[in-house]
Amino acid sequence: MGKAVLMQGNEACVEGALAAGMRLFAGYPITPSTEIAENCAVRLPLAGGTFIQMEDEIAGIAAVIGASAAGIKAMTATSGPGFSLKQENIGYACLTEIPCVVVDVQRSGPSTGLPTSPSQGDVMQARWGTHGDHPAIAVSPSSVKETYELIIRCFNLSEKYRTPVIFLMDEMIAHLREAVELPDMDSLEIEDRLTPLTAEKNPFPYLVKEGEWVPRLMPLGMGQHYHITGLIHDDTGFPTNSHEEADKLCRRLLDKIQKNKEDIITYDGYLLEDAEEVVVCYGGTARAALSAVDEARMEGIKAGMFRLITIWPFPEEQIFRLADKTGRILVAEHNDGQILLEVRRSAQGKVPVDFIGKINGDVITPEELLTKIEEEHYAKCADKK
Amino acid sequence: MARSELRLTGSGGQGIILAAIILAEAAVIAEKKTAQSQAYGPEARGGMCKAEVIISDVPIGFTKVLHPTFLMALTQEALNHFSEEVAETCMILADAGLTIPVWAEKQTVTAPILKAAKERIGKTVTANIIAVGVINKLLGIADEKTMERAVLRHIPEGTEDLNLKALHVGEEMGEVLKKQRKDM
Repeated sequence: MGKAVLMQGNEACVEGALAAGMRLFAGYPITPSTEIAENCAVRLPLAGGTFIQMEDEIAGIAAVIGASAAGIKAMTATSGPGFSLKQENIGYACLTEIPCVVVDVQRSGPSTGLPTSPSQGDVMQARWGTHGDHPAIAVSPSSVKETYELIIRCFNLSEKYRTPVIFLMDEMIAHLREAVELPDMDSLEIEDRLTPLTAEKNPFPYLVKEGEWVPRLMPLGMGQHYHITGLIHDDTGFPTNSHEEADKLCRRLLDKIQKNKEDIITYDGYLLEDAEEVVVCYGGTARAALSAVDEARMEGIKAGMFRLITIWPFPEEQIFRLADKTGRILVAEHNDGQILLEVRRSAQGKVPVDFIGKINGDVITPEELLTKIEEEHYAKCADKK
Repeated sequence: MARSELRLTGSGGQGIILAAIILAEAAVIAEKKTAQSQAYGPEARGGMCKAEVIISDVPIGFTKVLHPTFLMALTQEALNHFSEEVAETCMILADAGLTIPVWAEKQTVTAPILKAAKERIGKTVTANIIAVGVINKLLGIADEKTMERAVLRHIPEGTEDLNLKALHVGEEMGEVLKKQRKDM
């Protein structure tokens, strides 16, 4: 580990992306993600990469997909309004299996909303924003240090599963400055997509090898010609209307994520061992939860925190097991209850699942969380009597 | 210094956020835990501006300032607005050109920050660096050498002498204020 440096969340996102091998950024700056574009503009040319400010957000992700099809690790960054615009092409990247990373620094919506205020309102959009049944991976950081580490993970997952990965940041962490000890580059695990061993003509470029989850596609420009389409395609890459082929492709796209959940899902538990009141949260909200849990413990309330790091796929088994062990769950998020739906579904009624949320651009404070924990705790004590 | 919560306020364009970043940078060099953030409106100039720094000996959970232990105000609007929200134990540093609200009289110290920037340094834009010097002397965040390093990391090339001079002017004023507070 190197010496600690003061870094902003957005800045750490860029530094981590560079470490992961990002060599192209294309996008359209928007608050509160703007520093990502700014830092990419400065840093990418120095790393032999390319920064392009596109005419809009749609072109931003389109350029990213194009670069990635040519084998370049590529990223775009935006906020709510731009994330809406990128949805169609996110679906295209899902179906064509072109890896890319889309950073969404969430801000208060809907529409242009409160541009400088924090929110976590894009959680469901990260899952269902693009149409059709499609795979989704979304990851959310809770500190500047974790921003650096997790953006690398986003690139790795994207390369490994050949799918777009959403890095779901929020304004609280994006605009926060903290000390970060940057790891040695040699110590980082960097994953690169698998490619064919030879550039020989291949009539079945989308054929998936035994024991693998995704096709080994040759980067464009390497001498192998194949067809890329957003239509359902067979192993040749050309469109097909066959129900059988459609089923095979769509199932595999979902299965490559669903059946590798253990590899993809990460989370963080804090004082869960004996916890009777568990706050489930993610992103910047976890910082208030951490303080609230500590304060509750000082009052003698057995509180804990379950922090989602991978938001999608949702850690349903982990929440199911948590519901078995604890007395009550409190979901805290800066929206009107999006992850709440998933937690309730996963807890299957085994414990009460309560909620605290905000949609006015203000942040949830540790005091507010603590009050909610206390209310629940003492209500439960009264029930027992 | 268990957990200090600093709130720096003024108007957009005064370099309030940069002052907060430099204080956080100094805390990092001094191997303390720190979290720095800001709130601002969509407008880039004018408008009330608030930047925050938390400095702590232990890891920081919640990253926003809730109960400031120190408040600085460089405009009347910011002083009137933010001084109302703080506890009696919060030290307030106001620019000497401002009128101190009655409710804040007991806890407020003043320093001619804006005047010194104009008259002693010759550049009003150095007010934020002067403020950094004053604050560091009042709160003892880092030693003088560390603070110089922190300033040098965040200023444009070619302005080193100017900014270090501003820092030293601020430290001088801060030293005087600290003595006054001790005598109080």
